[in-house]
Amino acid sequence: MFLPMKAYVYVSLKKSVLDPQGKTIHGALKKMGYRGIDDLRQGKYFEISLDASLSREDAHAEVERIAREVLTNPVIEEYRFTLEG
Amino acid sequence: MNSVESAPSLAQEPTLTPEVLRDHGISAEEYDRLLKSLGREPTFTELGIFSVMWSEHCSYKSSRVHLKRLPTHSRRVLQGPGENAGIIDIGDGWACAFKIESHNHPSFIEPFQGAATGVGGILRDIFTMGARPVAIMDSLRFGPITPQPGLDQATLHKNHSVLEGVVSGVASYGNCFGVPNVGGEVKFESCYSGNPLVNAFALGLVRRDQIFYAKAAGEGNPVIYVGSKTGRDGIHGATMASEEFSEESEAKRPNVQVGDPFLEKLLLEACLEAMQTGAIIGIQDMGAAGLTCSTCEMGGRGGVGLEIELDLVPQRETGMTPYEIMLSESQERMLLVAENGREDEVFRVFQKWGLDAVTIGRVIGQPAMRVLEHGKVVAEIPNAALTDDAPLYRRPLERWEPPVPREVPDNISLGQKSEFTDELKRLLASPNICSKRWVFQQYDSMVQINTVEGPGGEGGVIRVKGTQRGLAMALDGNARWCYLDPKLGAMHAVAESARNVACTGATPIAATNCLNFGNPEKPHIMWQFSQTIDGITKACEELETPITGGNVSFYNETLGEGIYPTPVMGVVGILEDVHTAVGPHFRQAGRAVVVLRGSEPGDAADVEAEFGSSEYAKEILGQVWGFPPSLELQQEAALQKAIVQIITAGLVDSAKDCSEGGVAATLAECGFARGIGAQVDLSSYGLVPEFVLFGEDASRILISCDPENVERIQQIAVQFGLAADRIGNTVSDQVEIQVDGTTVAAASVSELREAWASALERALHVETEERLVPAALQKS
Amino acid sequence: MKFGVIIFPGSNCDHDAYWVISEVAKQPVTFLWHDSPDLQGCDAIIVPGGFAYGDYLRTGAIAKFSPVMESVRKFATDGGLVLGICNGFQILCEAGLLPGALLRNAGLKYVCKPVHIRVESTNTPYTQQLSKGEVLEIPIGHMEGNYFCDERTLAELKEQERIVFRYTTPSGEVTAEANPNGSLENIAGVCNAGRNVLGMMPHPERASEPELGMTDGAKVFHSLVSAMVEK
Repeated sequence: MFLPMKAYVYVSLKKSVLDPQGKTIHGALKKMGYRGIDDLRQGKYFEISLDASLSREDAHAEVERIAREVLTNPVIEEYRFTLEG
Repeated sequence: MNSVESAPSLAQEPTLTPEVLRDHGISAEEYDRLLKSLGREPTFTELGIFSVMWSEHCSYKSSRVHLKRLPTHSRRVLQGPGENAGIIDIGDGWACAFKIESHNHPSFIEPFQGAATGVGGILRDIFTMGARPVAIMDSLRFGPITPQPGLDQATLHKNHSVLEGVVSGVASYGNCFGVPNVGGEVKFESCYSGNPLVNAFALGLVRRDQIFYAKAAGEGNPVIYVGSKTGRDGIHGATMASEEFSEESEAKRPNVQVGDPFLEKLLLEACLEAMQTGAIIGIQDMGAAGLTCSTCEMGGRGGVGLEIELDLVPQRETGMTPYEIMLSESQERMLLVAENGREDEVFRVFQKWGLDAVTIGRVIGQPAMRVLEHGKVVAEIPNAALTDDAPLYRRPLERWEPPVPREVPDNISLGQKSEFTDELKRLLASPNICSKRWVFQQYDSMVQINTVEGPGGEGGVIRVKGTQRGLAMALDGNARWCYLDPKLGAMHAVAESARNVACTGATPIAATNCLNFGNPEKPHIMWQFSQTIDGITKACEELETPITGGNVSFYNETLGEGIYPTPVMGVVGILEDVHTAVGPHFRQAGRAVVVLRGSEPGDAADVEAEFGSSEYAKEILGQVWGFPPSLELQQEAALQKAIVQIITAGLVDSAKDCSEGGVAATLAECGFARGIGAQVDLSSYGLVPEFVLFGEDASRILISCDPENVERIQQIAVQFGLAADRIGNTVSDQVEIQVDGTTVAAASVSELREAWASALERALHVETEERLVPAALQKS
Repeated sequence: MKFGVIIFPGSNCDHDAYWVISEVAKQPVTFLWHDSPDLQGCDAIIVPGGFAYGDYLRTGAIAKFSPVMESVRKFATDGGLVLGICNGFQILCEAGLLPGALLRNAGLKYVCKPVHIRVESTNTPYTQQLSKGEVLEIPIGHMEGNYFCDERTLAELKEQERIVFRYTTPSGEVTAEANPNGSLENIAGVCNAGRNVLGMMPHPERASEPELGMTDGAKVFHSLVSAMVEK
C-alpha cells in the first residue's frame, strides 16, 4: 500500500480564448480602485483526494488523465496540477 | 424497533435555561403550554422540534384565526388549503395544482441561493401532489434602484446586487429544472430596501384520478427517505422566517440552504415514475423544518404515527446530532410512505435516476412522532401536541393611519399644464412601469413548448397538450394601495390579478395568496393583516375565485422598519379553447381602440384623493396622499365576465388591463411590441388632464378591434351594465392623445419605447460596477 | 422513418422534441435512455436541450462518456443523421462529432428570446428544403451559446460551407447587435464534414406550431423528413 495523496487541479480558459467573466471582474476591480492589476483570468479548481492504492507515479498519470479527458475541454481550456502527500 | 413508555433519555443534552428557550423563540407562556401538552419536560431535540413546529412560519399561530375567514370552496376545488398545494378541476379529466410561497428572509441574506431554493421549494410542493410543474411565476419586490432623496449609495448598490442575485437565482433553478417562467411582477419601493420580497408561484398538471396526498396510512408500512443527503444547512430557517431582521441575522449566513436544481429534476422524474407503480401511499417534501415537519404532518393527516431511526437517515456530514438531523433544511429531499412489501418497486425507480432511497422507519398506530437514534428514543411527541395544541393567538388589533395626508397637499397644483408628453415618457421609464425584459429574458419562458403568452404581457397563458384548453395565470399586488387602505388595497390585488387573467380570455376560477407583513406582535400590523384578509375574502367571494392555499410571511422588518402590507395574489383561469386567447399588444393599424369600463369617474374631490395613490403622484409629483381608487366588486365581476365573452367570441385583437400609469401609459405599452400607436380623444368629464391621462381608476380594459365589431362589443357591454367607449384608432408608429379634442401628449412609438425599454438596464448599469464582482463569481 | 430522442437525466427539451416529431413532422419516434447503447434501429437521432448531467463541470462534459453517446458516435461516423439542439449541440462538440466549443455567453447571463438566423447552407438534410439566405425566426434559451473554434477550424468551416446558420437582423444582416451571445462570426449552427450531423443553439422545436406564435422551426424538421424520404 502507498500513502493517501491529494491532487489540486487548476483549469482555465486558454490564453487565446476570450474570458468574459475574468474581463468583467478585472474591469470591476479597476473601477473600484484596486491598483496594480494588469490582467485577470478566472478558472476552476478541483481537489481530488486519492486513496492509498496508487504509487506516486501512477497517481500522477491517473490525475493527468482525469484532467485531460474529463476536467478540461482541449478546444478551449488548459490545466495544471500539483500532487501532495 | 422498541417502544418506550417513559421519557426519552436526557443524558448529555443542554439544559433548557430561559436563554435556550429564548434562542428557540419560545415564550414563557408557550413553554408552559408545551409542558402541559407533553406532560413532562422535553428533551433538547424535542424542544427543537417544538420550536420549529410552533414557529409562526409552520404553525400560522398569529394568522390562523384570520385565515379561517377566506372562502375556500367551489365546485372546481378538489383540494383547498392544508395540503402541499391546492388543486382545482380543469375538465377533461385534468386537474391543476398551484400555490405561491415566500422566501423573503433567505433571499436578503443570500439573494442567489435564497431565491433559487424558493423556486425549488414551491416546485416540490407541486410535484409531491403528483402534478408535473408546467409553469412558474415570481412576484419580486426590491428597494429603489435609482438615486432618490434620502437613499445612500451603499443601499442603492445593495438593492442592485439583491436584484441581480435574486433574478439569477430564480433563473438558474427554473431553467435547469426545465419549467417555463411565464410572468409575474417586479416592483420597487423604499420599504423593501432591507427586506426584499421573493414570492414564487408554481402550477402543475395532474390527472384527476392520480393525485397524491401528504398522508400516511397503514400500520407497519415503511417510511422511505429519498433525495439529497442531510447536512447541517438551513437549521432553524423556519424560526429565522419568524423573526425580525437585525445585523446579527445577516451574520447567520449558514442558515441559507444551497439548491441543486439538477437533483430536483431527478427527484421530479423519479417521484412521478414511482407514483405510477402504485406502491406509494403518501408523500411530502421536506421543506421548512425538514424531517420534523414531514414526519409529524404526514402522521397527523392520516391519524397515525411515524417512527424513524436517525441512524438510517442518509447524512452528508459526520457527527450530526438528532437535533441537527431533525431540524436540517437540506434541500431536495422527500419523505414517503409505501405499501409494505413493495419497497423494491420504489427503490428500483429511484436507483434508475441515481437517487438515494432508504427505509428509515415505519407507520405506527399511535398518533405520534417517535424518533430513535441507535435504537433509543430521543423524541416522542403526540402529533396533536405539535399541531392542534400549537399556540393560537388572537393578537390585539389597532386601527392605523398611514403618515400621509388624505387630501391633496397644498404644494401640489394640478390642471395647470396642457402638455404631458414628457411626463408620459418619464412615467414609462419609471422602475415600476418600465420594461422588465432585462429580468424575464434571463428566464426560460418557452421550455415544454406550451407557452402561448409569456412574460411581459398581462397574464401568462399555457396550452394543455392533448386538449383544446388553456390555463392563464397572473400575479399581482399593489402594496402602496394596501399601505393607504389595507382592505381596499387587498380587494384591488384580487381584482387586478383576476382582471389580468380575464384579459387573456380566460375565466378566473381560483386563487392563491402570499401575505407579506411586518411584525404581528404590533397591533397595527395585525390590524393591517386582518383588514387584508377581509378585503381578499370579499373580493374572492364576489369574483368567484376561492383561495386554495398560500403562505403567510410575517416579521418582514429590518431594524424596526416594517414593509408595506403586501398581499400578492395569484389567480388561475381556464380557457375552453386556447386558440381564442389574446395578448395585450395592438396587432395592426386602422383598428378601433375601445375602453371597456365600469363606473363613470367619481366626483372631483374623490378623484383628487385617489390620484395621490397613483404612480404619477409618486414618480412625477414625488408625493403620496389620499386613498386607493374605489372598487365596485359587482361591476368588476361583470367587467371580467364581459371581456371573457367578448374575447371568446373573437371580437378583439388585444385586451389590456388599464392600471399603473393610467390610460396614457397603457396606450403606449400596447404599441411597443409591433410599433403600432394610437390616436385617441378622451372625454375629461370636467376633470383636469392629469386625472384623465394618468388616473388609475379600477375596472377598465383597453381593447383594440376591427371597427366593425365595436357595435357588438357595445351590445355585450350594455348587457353587463358596462360602457364601451370608442376612444380612437390604432395608427402606425405614433401615439397622440387628446382630451376633449385638444392634444395633450404626442410622440412616436419608438421614442416612447426607447424610454420604456432601456430604463431598467440603465438604472442597473450606472455606477454599479461593484456588484459585478460578487454576481459574476457567484454564478461561475 | 424512425426518430430517436435521447434522454439524459437532466434533459428538459426531450419531450418537446418528441412532441414535434410526432405531432408536427408526423413521424414515429421513441425515447433513448442515456444508460443504454441501444439506438433501437432509429434512422435519425435528436440530442435535445437541457442540462444533461447537471452540467456543473462543463456543458456536455459528462454526457459525452454515456453509453448512448458511444453508439451515437458510431452511428454518426457511419453517416447516420444526428441533430443536436442547444445542450445537444454542446454535447456533440464535447464528443468531438462537431468542431469547436460553446462558451459562456458574452453577456454572462442566460438569454431566452426569439432571434433571427440566416440559412448559410442548404447543402444539409436539415436545410435542403430551405433557401440560402432565408431568415428564420426561432427562439434561443441558453447560458453557454458563445461558439468558439480556432482559426484553422473556422477557415475549414467556411471553405466547406459548414456554417449552417448565422444570427442576423430580421432582414438578414450579420451585425454585432444581432449576435445574442458573442458567437464567433455570429455562428448559430454548424455541421460536420459528412454533413449528416448538425448542431444549433436555437430551438426549432419551440417554433413549430402556430399556437405558440412561431412556425419557422418546423421547416427544419420537414426538410429533414423529406431528405430521409428521398434517401
